[in-house]
Amino acid sequence: MSEIAAVQETTFSIQGFLAEEGRKDLLRFSTAGSVDDGKSTLIGRLLYDTQSVYEDQVKSIEGKGTTLPGQIDFALLTDGLRAEREQGITIDVAYRYFATDKRKFIIADTPGHEQYTRNMATGASTADATVVLIDASKGVLIQSRRHAFIASLLRVRHVLVAVNKMDLIGYDEAKFRAIESDFRALLSQIAADTGSPVTPHFIPVSALLGDNIVHRSSAMSWYSGPSLLELLESVPAAVNSEKEPFRFPVQRVLRPDSTFRGFAGQIASGTVRPGDTIVALPSGRSAQVDRIVTYDGDLAEAQAPLSVTLVLKTEVDISRGDLIASAENAGTIAGGCKAHLVWMDQQPLQLHRRYLLKHTSQTVPAYVTAVDYRTEIGTLEHKRAHTLEINGIGVVSIQLPRPIVLDKYSENRATGAFILIDPATNSTVAAGMVREVAGRDSLVGTSSAAASGPVTGEERLRRWGHQGGELQLAGSVELIDMVERALFAMGAVTVRVPALADAVRISQLAAAGLLALVVAPSNEGFLKARVGDAEIVVEAEDATAVTAVLELLEENGVLASHKEEGSEYSI
Amino acid sequence: MSGTPVEVHSGEVSAGVTRTLRTNHLRLLEAESIHILREVASEFERPVMLYSVGKDSSVMLRLAQKAFFPAPIPFPLMHIDTGFKFAEMIAFRDWMAKEVGAELLVWRNEPAIAAGTNPIALDTKRCCGLLKTQALLDGLKHYGFDAAFGGARRDEEKSRAKERIYSFRDGAGQWDPKNQRPELWNLYNARVHPGESIRVFPLSNWTEMDVWQYIHQENIPVVDLYFAKERPMYVRGETLLPVEQAFVAWPGEKPQMVKSRLRSLGCSPCTGAIRSDADSIPGIIAEMLSFRSSERANRVIDHDQEGSMELKKREGYF
Repeated sequence: MSEIAAVQETTFSIQGFLAEEGRKDLLRFSTAGSVDDGKSTLIGRLLYDTQSVYEDQVKSIEGKGTTLPGQIDFALLTDGLRAEREQGITIDVAYRYFATDKRKFIIADTPGHEQYTRNMATGASTADATVVLIDASKGVLIQSRRHAFIASLLRVRHVLVAVNKMDLIGYDEAKFRAIESDFRALLSQIAADTGSPVTPHFIPVSALLGDNIVHRSSAMSWYSGPSLLELLESVPAAVNSEKEPFRFPVQRVLRPDSTFRGFAGQIASGTVRPGDTIVALPSGRSAQVDRIVTYDGDLAEAQAPLSVTLVLKTEVDISRGDLIASAENAGTIAGGCKAHLVWMDQQPLQLHRRYLLKHTSQTVPAYVTAVDYRTEIGTLEHKRAHTLEINGIGVVSIQLPRPIVLDKYSENRATGAFILIDPATNSTVAAGMVREVAGRDSLVGTSSAAASGPVTGEERLRRWGHQGGELQLAGSVELIDMVERALFAMGAVTVRVPALADAVRISQLAAAGLLALVVAPSNEGFLKARVGDAEIVVEAEDATAVTAVLELLEENGVLASHKEEGSEYSI
Repeated sequence: MSGTPVEVHSGEVSAGVTRTLRTNHLRLLEAESIHILREVASEFERPVMLYSVGKDSSVMLRLAQKAFFPAPIPFPLMHIDTGFKFAEMIAFRDWMAKEVGAELLVWRNEPAIAAGTNPIALDTKRCCGLLKTQALLDGLKHYGFDAAFGGARRDEEKSRAKERIYSFRDGAGQWDPKNQRPELWNLYNARVHPGESIRVFPLSNWTEMDVWQYIHQENIPVVDLYFAKERPMYVRGETLLPVEQAFVAWPGEKPQMVKSRLRSLGCSPCTGAIRSDADSIPGIIAEMLSFRSSERANRVIDHDQEGSMELKKREGYF
């Protein structure tokens, strides 16, 4: 059927070429930049100058776009969707492929607007390096800060900072150096916040004119470093995980007949050899590896990220979702964790609501019990928050009623990462990176099977995040609604009662653990909120009005108080 | 890199052979694809592999064999037959399914075929709509498949560059490019409501070059049409149109013998051949190195309107 036999025929040194190709590795990098930074132009330029686009593709965009007559608008090579072509923006992650003599590359090309922070995180999640663009004529803007933060958060080790549009500032070295020093200072601040340092490289470029993109430019004799492409060809690809502990999430049990029982999966980290002692989690049973089976024959050794099938010497009960790990360092079975979340859904995070957490090859229920803080990316400030909205990033506490094996993301990018899924809409609502793992011991009251007798106030507090109580709200109807919505989003159980309701009824509601909102709506532009003897007045125009009311509830012991780092895992 | 003939696996497990795999780019791509195939087979109720007989399908099928070895492939193959596929493709398809021991389902939009649908009587857009898109949606619905593997690659076309590996389709099988699920790390969201489905593209990150190099490295059989040979063609300037369906000929037009091959396989009336001497896989790879057009440049259907692939995909096309 095929002409495989003809393989040996070589008309030119194609065999030599193929042998060279067989030695190439793969670098995945993401790009991030705001529209005006010329990111798409830069990618288009990389593709064009490495002969990675075909004539018909170039032909299809000639004379189109927004560049001067005769100039090719390289951005059109990468902006794939109609909406993007029409609006001139990049709204999703696009993947691009090119190769040089040294390496194959996969580019995750991501948009720069704030509303696409989640797309940026998506592109960074699989990247070994990232290219951050800075417009030399504008300096370090919020977009560049955001990209750097996300790169660090997602543990992209190499940040290649391309200071673009050098031609517009007369190739001025002093301005380049000033941007470099600003950005270095920023990166160390970011690393302190995320706990994940990055290695920056700075390159002055002009994507439009091709300076220092593929070829070193003669326009900047003061810069003696490599071009952007030379850097991409030389930064180390995926961190060598051979020395990391062995982690093998089981995807599937293969049982073609009664004589064979193999565990199929992709090695998440480390190396395995026949004879190694492994432990299966969560059961904790140990066994020895008998064989590493592949279609192409057994292996003497396999390391991440190969997909293989393990056969053990002794029968151990293992199924999909279990983890096979090295016996010396097996990881922690966690009933919860603290994690960074990047919120990705239109519907904000709801505390105490049931989400599904997908981690390696398993999906388990998960409850976010508290938002420890939200990070304001522009300033790196930690803001008090009760929820996360789309594109929001923060640290949260998560409870896992069914414990699973977790690693810190800083130690293992595969077993420290998870996504959250909303079981009602099936949307992927968040990306998570484990910061701290909580052992089983630190869990409080997660086992419903263990509980008996009447439900206690303590249990309600844990579930709902508040005591029974009374909150008086008088004034702006709009603000009353907003406060109620905010409480509802947190999972609070509220009841609206008119201000004239009798006190006995209100105290009964509070005794039952409910949060009674005693409302007296009016057309005023302000709102008076009162808990016990404490009263505050907030203005309708004040964006922090709702937060102020929630803080009032916290200070008076109605809402469970917000914990900073190092606190317990459950409220 | 070996030039040994196709190795036939008996399905038996041979213990004792020990070697170490080098992790070059092809191994990395292979590992990623196998992971995807295993996830889908384990998380969906009823997956199917859309097998379209081309080189990408050949690679995808081999990856499926690898993913579940020594167990058989745990899902059927489905071919959407427009009735205009090359005879060699059909023969190869049947041989291949038997060779790997997989169940093969063939689905055709019989009413449309019986009504004489063809790209000249209609236009290519409506022809594709009926014979490919409609047939695919009907076939998936008929068998109740909730996940369908396709061999599409992101480097093929601009709108495909934005496709997820798990591409969510609504109850009508349609793609909404502005409302795609975020896809991070290798954590795929497989959850769908009844009637919705996921198209899965395990070769998303492969390029045309990767595919050919892998076919070479793994000795994967492909259809003969990819190799250069003297074939009868209608020669229209640069365009070579294979002589397969009588209705494509212009009045009085006579075919000529041209040493040619197909760079990608589609329906014969809409797939142009290229002049070529590449009669081996290394020859094809060598030829690719000198190519100045993308592989789909010869596919009429991609150019019938601005952004045409994106429109087809929104409607449910692969």
